[in-house]
Amino acid sequence: MHENQLILMRTFIITIICLLSLHLTTKAQDSSLLKTLGDSMAVHNKPGYVHGTFKSIYLINLQTNETLAAGALNFEIQHRFGTLNSGAYNFFGLDFATIRLGFDYGITDWWTIGVGRSSYLKTFDGYTKFKLLKQKEAGGGMPISVTLLATISNYTQDQVGADYLNTNYRTAYATQLILAKKFRYFSLEVVPSYIRANLVQTVADKNDLFALSGGARVHLTKRMSLDGEYNYLFPNQVNSTKAYNALSMGWEIETGGHVFQLVFSNSQSMIPTQFITQTAGSWGQGNIYFGFNLSRNFNITSHSKREAKAKVAY
Amino acid sequence: MIPKYILVSALLLAVSSAYGQQYMTRAGFVGFYSKTSAEDIKAENHQGYAIIDEGKKNLAFAVLIKGFTFPKELMQEHFNENYMESDKYPKATFIGAYSGDLGAGDGVYPVTVKGTLTAHGVSKPVEGPATIERKGNQLIGHCTFKIIPEDFNVQIPSLVRDKIERTLKVDVDIQCTKTN
Repeated sequence: MHENQLILMRTFIITIICLLSLHLTTKAQDSSLLKTLGDSMAVHNKPGYVHGTFKSIYLINLQTNETLAAGALNFEIQHRFGTLNSGAYNFFGLDFATIRLGFDYGITDWWTIGVGRSSYLKTFDGYTKFKLLKQKEAGGGMPISVTLLATISNYTQDQVGADYLNTNYRTAYATQLILAKKFRYFSLEVVPSYIRANLVQTVADKNDLFALSGGARVHLTKRMSLDGEYNYLFPNQVNSTKAYNALSMGWEIETGGHVFQLVFSNSQSMIPTQFITQTAGSWGQGNIYFGFNLSRNFNITSHSKREAKAKVAY
Repeated sequence: MIPKYILVSALLLAVSSAYGQQYMTRAGFVGFYSKTSAEDIKAENHQGYAIIDEGKKNLAFAVLIKGFTFPKELMQEHFNENYMESDKYPKATFIGAYSGDLGAGDGVYPVTVKGTLTAHGVSKPVEGPATIERKGNQLIGHCTFKIIPEDFNVQIPSLVRDKIERTLKVDVDIQCTKTN
């Protein structure tokens, strides 16, 4: 009797311990389900591409490494008032305006073309832009994005007593390699440029010009950022006139399909063949153009449809 | 007295072996939809990770926010950068349990799913009807429910608020295959 009770007791205790331990492992496994998924994700998910290095294909005057999605059409309005130092009579520049209207179109996700017309020297411009490399997330083996941009410009403004200025003489080319990197709330680009001007003012000036530009974007909030860019023209290339290095600052606000940007720049032109080599204003003297950039995106074809097509193709 | 030990051990073994019955997928579907007069929004993700533990009636789901594709590229960028902040909160997860019994044979069984949904750094308890279908060595879970973006601290500017429905319909479809 006594022995039986002991065994019963022991059975009871062992059963309780077993059940308890089972209960504990059950508890542990609940959250471990998510851990299992997380581990599986870590193994199977390869680092993807980094998106949104810059908000728009234009930084301020410079272009960014971004291209449009295939089938996307962008309408760009770049507007500069006169200089801030032009006095109260000219309402600090607001009486004057220079404007560039442009259309940009994504042929593929990595190839964008664009055309524009600027009131500065009545200039037409066109460009073609290729995304060569895309930055990947950490561990993806591609730390930067690289985009190649080729611009052609032609100014059509009449020059009194210069009938010899034919189309060829009025044309210039800019080839730019845009190297960009996105850090978490900060994006940076470095842009070496080669510019070919078919005609320059005097023999002292070079037809082939080289410059190095830098641009940055800092997030302030989810929808606001500060942008800046500086274009350094190497010395002894433009000698007959004083060409300043173009420095521009912008405050960028994003609303739905628009990107709106308030701009301060010492450059009046918005085309690389001009603002890199012909900037006549200087920040020090207050030749600062206030203005804005506005871009509006339209979608011609559906992104998801293409994505679905791409999946079928695989 | 010895048979009692055997009985208890056998019982425990039987229970614990049932606990090992897990079904998993790495290609689970989750999509959400909004329809307003201004804009139709459709976002779909075919790379959801899901696991169903039949023995314990537990299930879990995890999806990368970046994996959602939209009809408009710009929408996708806004979704990641402005709304969901996918750099900061890369995943949305669900962990929970279902009540209701799955029959041993093939068929569709209604269940009630209850658990915690975490997205954009915010966890919310959720509960709703779902179905689990048994088909050979697969368990196929299907569920439709509604969420309110603001519940997950996703702020939508007043300018575009009318373009997005107040409550979004979410579809989940997971086709899990028995592991090991």
